[in-house]
Amino acid sequence: MSDEIIRVSHLGKSFGNNVVLRDINFTVSKGDVTSIIGSSGSGKSTLLRCINLLETPTSGEILYHGVPINSRNVNASEYRTHVGMVFQSFNLFSNMSVLDNCIIGQTKVLKKKKDDAILKAVKYLEKVGMAPYINAKPHQLSGGQKQRVAIARALAMEPEVLLFDEPTSALDPEMVGEVLAVMRDLVREGMTMIVVTHEMAFARDVSNHVIFMSEGVICEEGTPEEIFRNPRNERTKEFLARFTQN
Amino acid sequence: MTSSLPTDFWGRIYFLITNYSSSFLRGAGTTIAIAFVGTAVGCLIGFIVGIIQTIPINPNDSGIKKILLGIVNAVLKVYVEVFRGTPMIVQAMFIYYGALMYLGISMGMWFAAFFIVSINTGAYMAETVRGGIISVDLGQTEGAMAIGMTHFQTMLYVVFPQTLRNIIPQIGNNLIINIKDSSVLSVIGTVELFYAAKQTAGAYYWYFESMTVAMAVYLAMTLITSFLLRKWEKKLDGSAVFDLATTDTLAHTSGMLHAPTRRNREV
Repeated sequence: MSDEIIRVSHLGKSFGNNVVLRDINFTVSKGDVTSIIGSSGSGKSTLLRCINLLETPTSGEILYHGVPINSRNVNASEYRTHVGMVFQSFNLFSNMSVLDNCIIGQTKVLKKKKDDAILKAVKYLEKVGMAPYINAKPHQLSGGQKQRVAIARALAMEPEVLLFDEPTSALDPEMVGEVLAVMRDLVREGMTMIVVTHEMAFARDVSNHVIFMSEGVICEEGTPEEIFRNPRNERTKEFLARFTQN
Repeated sequence: MTSSLPTDFWGRIYFLITNYSSSFLRGAGTTIAIAFVGTAVGCLIGFIVGIIQTIPINPNDSGIKKILLGIVNAVLKVYVEVFRGTPMIVQAMFIYYGALMYLGISMGMWFAAFFIVSINTGAYMAETVRGGIISVDLGQTEGAMAIGMTHFQTMLYVVFPQTLRNIIPQIGNNLIINIKDSSVLSVIGTVELFYAAKQTAGAYYWYFESMTVAMAVYLAMTLITSFLLRKWEKKLDGSAVFDLATTDTLAHTSGMLHAPTRRNREV
């Protein structure tokens, strides 16, 4: 119980009359790698964006170390420094070099000294294999390279949890591998992650908790074995069957 | 006396240049000063108005903030519509004589000129900045928010620099328009280039010749300005190439790392 980091409790989200999420409950503890799978439009990304407060939940609670973060008096910016996010479309700052992308948050948000920030940025860029590119601008990089820099940018904030919103969906098939390799490294180091993904192999082999979503609700959740070997829910079976056929 | 004055076109032009160049140049200097200061202050007004108009309202925000923002936005909208929707020449007389007769304020040539051009440019720039901010990909804002930046920091470090780059052509447009349109300030007695040319023209009744000189000076000013603006734009875009850093990454932190200077940028 003490190492529980995030608890999502009866979370609901609707855009107008359109209900996107309904009564979502799950917890993430230290070192957990939670994969959220499901077909497009099932609410996976919205759920992840709610956890980072990029979307405001309509009902329910998100607790971070027991503190409800979607209440009015919580500083969302401060909370986000603990919960990093990697986007499908990278969202690197296009007006900054690779290095500046990785130090701006440290110097301006965490108020670190520039020299320390550079050291840390280089350390994480090295980890993702992008250190030689510190002087490049984002538009000069390939998709896979951009995503690796985006991961380094998130890591440089040294967050407690890292959220991945379909990190490989916008990439060419040949670039998917390099990003997944970086993510596997992070898992090996004990990083707590929540990953929305279409990479079934990654969900099966790397995560310890799989959530299958359909039409805004959690249909089934459990260990990768339970979900991939013996899915109990009809919709889970149907969804996974489509993946194994291709 | 009259017999010594030239009667042909080129002779008169030569006469004007040799005898009245200081008057034309002083007028041109005033025009440039009004255009640059007016555009700069106008941009500042435009940025402030544009930013206020794009402050997002969250459903979680307090009622006071919503009401206050609503009132401010309404006032700014009126400002933009009024100054965009009326001619500067009329605004100039309206403000100058209004201040003089009803508020007892004599603005003086410089202040009146800067004030009128600035608020006029500000009205246009507000819309340009608003459009520039909206055109920056939402993902940039989300990326900044995701590393914990506040709305203000996101604007300052991420959205703003990109907005600025996108609206430079429009800033240049405004600067060039102001170089030309500051001529309407002659109606309130601002001695800029057109006023100087008109004075000279009136002295000899050489309207065509005097305006020819004025045309040439205006054109020279606008051409040089657009050339300099292009250069600035290029400089902001930075280099098209980048250096791969050495594989010894520890070297970067011990002094090999340097931000691209202007010299090593242009390869």
